[in-house]
Amino acid sequence: MVNDKSIFTINDFSIYYGNFKAVNNIKLPIEANKITAIIGPSGCGKTTLLRSLNRMNDLITTSRVEGQVLFQGVDIYHKDTDVIELRRRVGMVFQKPNPFPSSVYENVAYGPKLKGIKKKSQLDEIVENALVRADLWKEVRDKLNESGLSLSGGQMQRLCIARSLAQEPEVILFDEPTSALDPISTANIENLLQQLQKTVTIIIVTHNMQQAARISEYTAFMYLGEMIEFGETDTIFVNPHNKLTEEYITGRFG
Amino acid sequence: MAIFDEELRALKEKILKLGSLVETAIHMSVQSLVDRNSDLAREIIKKDHQLNALDVEIDEECIRLIALRQPKARDLRFITIAMKITTDLERMGDLAVNVAERALELNDEPQLKPYIDIPRMAEITEGMVRDSLDALVRECTNLPYEVIKRDNEVDQLTVQVFNELLLYMIQDPATISRAMRITYVAKYLERIADHATNIAEMVIYLCQGKMIRHTEIQGNE
Repeated sequence: MVNDKSIFTINDFSIYYGNFKAVNNIKLPIEANKITAIIGPSGCGKTTLLRSLNRMNDLITTSRVEGQVLFQGVDIYHKDTDVIELRRRVGMVFQKPNPFPSSVYENVAYGPKLKGIKKKSQLDEIVENALVRADLWKEVRDKLNESGLSLSGGQMQRLCIARSLAQEPEVILFDEPTSALDPISTANIENLLQQLQKTVTIIIVTHNMQQAARISEYTAFMYLGEMIEFGETDTIFVNPHNKLTEEYITGRFG
Repeated sequence: MAIFDEELRALKEKILKLGSLVETAIHMSVQSLVDRNSDLAREIIKKDHQLNALDVEIDEECIRLIALRQPKARDLRFITIAMKITTDLERMGDLAVNVAERALELNDEPQLKPYIDIPRMAEITEGMVRDSLDALVRECTNLPYEVIKRDNEVDQLTVQVFNELLLYMIQDPATISRAMRITYVAKYLERIADHATNIAEMVIYLCQGKMIRHTEIQGNE
């Protein structure tokens, strides 16, 4: 299923923590401007795989990788890779909303400022634009100077998405972004992701299979570090080809 | 998830119960014609409400399971075909009632001719109904393909019955009302065989996840 629409191409890719092989020889294409969901039981390696896509796992000293992750055709594990730039282009949003302990405005302006943008009017524009895209502008336009931590859980998560969007990423990795949220905030985030995919490629790890079914175009099922089945979400949920996939999504696992 | 498995098992049992009531109805309706037994025909007509009630019950159970259990993959395929199979079975029950109604009318008049092809058609058709449900029980076997193949035999017999009765009608217009009714019976049986074919096709969908309806199937693959 690798084609020229792939923004990421993962080839024979393995990740080790010390001697433990957490991700085993995975092949996976990620199509641009689509939502790809990665599902699987706890400990299957899905978060490890996700974090490897912008080299967040570099932060774990015992981890090492084998194989290739091509991003726009370039191997991100090549020694010449600018990891900071990679993480700008491939953003990440985590399970628990983690705004910086600063104002709403500063949360979003932080990245652009680091990049050297100083002009107030330009920063204002970036902040507004990112908050609009994150569907948060209307709710926070009058409290841009209040602490990001004063927002509700769902708003904080959208603030984190805005913070990422301000960096103009091409991909955003989501690691269970709604597992700490109530159903309404969850629905808001899901709607937002479907909006965002027009401009940003989305890869989401989720424990909520209905969420994968609702929002994703492609679903990858992982188990014990292996990619068991990857395909169109319709196929995975109506007629999966692998028995393990079938057992997992119908709740008869193990 | 054990509760869900139990619910699916119970749903399947209800379909099989409806199926066995339908099989009996079809068998008895043809018997009421062949044996000229009008009491039997009336009994079938009287009992049809049981089938209808079970059909509604199965539909409601499927809707409940979709709402509460969010079935996926094979479970989803099973529940959706259950809703369609129950409709097919209920229609077969109605057609058995139609056979019984024609039997009542025909039994009131002298017998036009010995019934030969009708019992043969009924035998094949009943076999198709039984085997299509058997295929649902045993799942992934060759059985649904066999059922689908037999539909052609029934279609051929229907044409044969019609042609034979046409001769009666041409030779003696006094036979028209009886010949027409027997033609209807053949047509009802042919429709029952079509519904059995639908069930077989849905069992194939359950097992393989592919819709073969409205396609020409070349036997088993």
